[in-house]
Amino acid sequence: MAQETFVVAYDDNTEDTAVLDCAISRASRSGARLVIVHVLEWSPYSFLTQQELEERHKKRTQELDRAHKHVLDPAIAKAKEAGVEAVGTVQHGSAAELVVKTANEEKASFIFVGRSGSSAARARIFGSIPLAIAQIATVPTVIVP
Amino acid sequence: MRYFLAVLATLFGSPLAAQGIDETINSIFADYTGWYVSLIFADLPGTNFSWIALWLVVGAVVFTVYFGAIQLSGFIHSIRLVKGDYSDPNDAGEVSHFQALATALSGTVGLGNIAGVAVAVSIGGPGATFWMVIAGLFGMATKFTECTLGVKYRNEYPDGTVSGGPMYYMTKGFKERGLPLGGAMAVLFAFFTILGALGGGNMFQANQAHAQLANVLGDYPGWITGVVIAGVVFAVIAGGLKSIAKVTEKVVPFMGIFYVLVSLVILLRNYDEILWAFGQIFEGAFTGLGVAGGFTGALIQGFRRAAFSNEAGIGSAAIAHSAVKTKEPVTEGYVALLEPFIDTVVICTMTALVIVITGVLQQDAETGMYVWNAELGRIATEGDVSGVALTSAAYAQAFSWFPPLLAISVVLFAFSTMLSWSYYGLKAWTYILGEGRMKELIFKIIFCLFIIIGSAASLGPVIDFSDAMLFSMAIVNIIALYFLMPIVKAELSRYQGKLRSGEIKKYEG
Repeated sequence: MAQETFVVAYDDNTEDTAVLDCAISRASRSGARLVIVHVLEWSPYSFLTQQELEERHKKRTQELDRAHKHVLDPAIAKAKEAGVEAVGTVQHGSAAELVVKTANEEKASFIFVGRSGSSAARARIFGSIPLAIAQIATVPTVIVP
Repeated sequence: MRYFLAVLATLFGSPLAAQGIDETINSIFADYTGWYVSLIFADLPGTNFSWIALWLVVGAVVFTVYFGAIQLSGFIHSIRLVKGDYSDPNDAGEVSHFQALATALSGTVGLGNIAGVAVAVSIGGPGATFWMVIAGLFGMATKFTECTLGVKYRNEYPDGTVSGGPMYYMTKGFKERGLPLGGAMAVLFAFFTILGALGGGNMFQANQAHAQLANVLGDYPGWITGVVIAGVVFAVIAGGLKSIAKVTEKVVPFMGIFYVLVSLVILLRNYDEILWAFGQIFEGAFTGLGVAGGFTGALIQGFRRAAFSNEAGIGSAAIAHSAVKTKEPVTEGYVALLEPFIDTVVICTMTALVIVITGVLQQDAETGMYVWNAELGRIATEGDVSGVALTSAAYAQAFSWFPPLLAISVVLFAFSTMLSWSYYGLKAWTYILGEGRMKELIFKIIFCLFIIIGSAASLGPVIDFSDAMLFSMAIVNIIALYFLMPIVKAELSRYQGKLRSGEIKKYEG
């Protein structure tokens, strides 16, 4: 049987690694590979000032660098330490849409997403992501508390 | 900041002398700028048609013909581009077409649409609206041309920031075509941009913001409004209070939408008069309906206010649009052509229709002619109001709660336009003088001082000076566009070829 792929929706809450831990342990048992997706919330329809327009490309490069260095790379390293094959991407856009899209492209068998949300404010902005994913996902989705 | 205010306080002395100061500023201003204004608005020999209006219109018509009425044939494609149908998903997080358009619009939609239109119909009669719309429709081709060039010849610096605008296409584009004088034109353009930023992008805005505030709160000296606005603007552009700029940037689009909605409600409530209002506009366009100068009076006012409102041909939009992420410069040209449409054809027409329908312009019941107040040089209105006060009066006829709300919007619109123009002005300033903290600070201080002058001076001299500066930019810019339009044509053909061959296609989902 071909190797399975799990897509992990991973946010930048570095203290709460439950979703990553869960995905790693499942993957190491079934020999699956992980595709870790970290999304920077972004809307092409938001309003920017003149100055922000000028600096956008520079800012975006910085955001991607930071996300790779502090979020994605440590997560991939952690998976590899546990002997699980892992790759990852950092993308701008709407988290739920991009996670599901990646799952489709990778022909994943599962999506792992954390329930997360340490504070009320966070929950308001990010808390709906697992639900949104559950709504639009085309593959079984595991919501990790 | 405190130092700045202290300087102002000494400069302007006690509030008791304030009214006197307003008058002094006014007369000095008129004395020093009058000759240049007369030059810019000089009539063609033997006619009463100012050469500058002709200059802009001829430019717009030439671009329209040269690009095969791109504003009609490319309109649907423009909307698809703004929706993001052709945006590469891998470029997510970069400046989108929508964002470039929205930011450019927030610099242009504003007092030109509210106060400028009122000025146009009170001097040129309802017919001015017709010519304003015509100028807007043709102006779309001009925007297309300048914004394509703005993207094509922008500077991309190693740190990832971008700078674009007429200065860059004048120097680089002229060099590419082997033409001389590109550098000199760029400097001249930058010089006018600095003055335009201080005039139309600043004094006119401050002036009208004060007019509406005084209208709602009762009359008080203009310099007070000036000092307050100057203080806030200074805090934002020099003090780095970015949050204010961000809030404004986010609120202004909604105020624009709200303004259009209120206008629509007023028009719907008077739906039986809409046809009559259009009738007035068409009839006035060709007869003047009693305004001074008749047909040409209406025409010139319409063209002037259109240019002032949508800035087509002025060159400022090329600066605003140049940061977009695209592989094809022409795509931003397509997107930019929506700007005069939204600004002039939609929003200005709304204001004009409301002013005509609510009957704030006095009309002779028997002849149907508008009552001309020769002393003020415009159509008589109740309380002899003009500019933003006239718009306010018109909307108040329908909704009595509107003037205070309009005052808030006017201040915000004025503020966002000032921020945009302080940016354009600064780009031009650093283009000539080079970058540097001290040099930039000097410009910012001058910019803020002009806010105070603008709110203290009366409307006439300010509006004339503002127009004169913007049109000076247009003289240089349109010359450059004539020389560079073959480059745009080549870009356009290449792009259309790619669209036809399917090399560029919509992205799924």
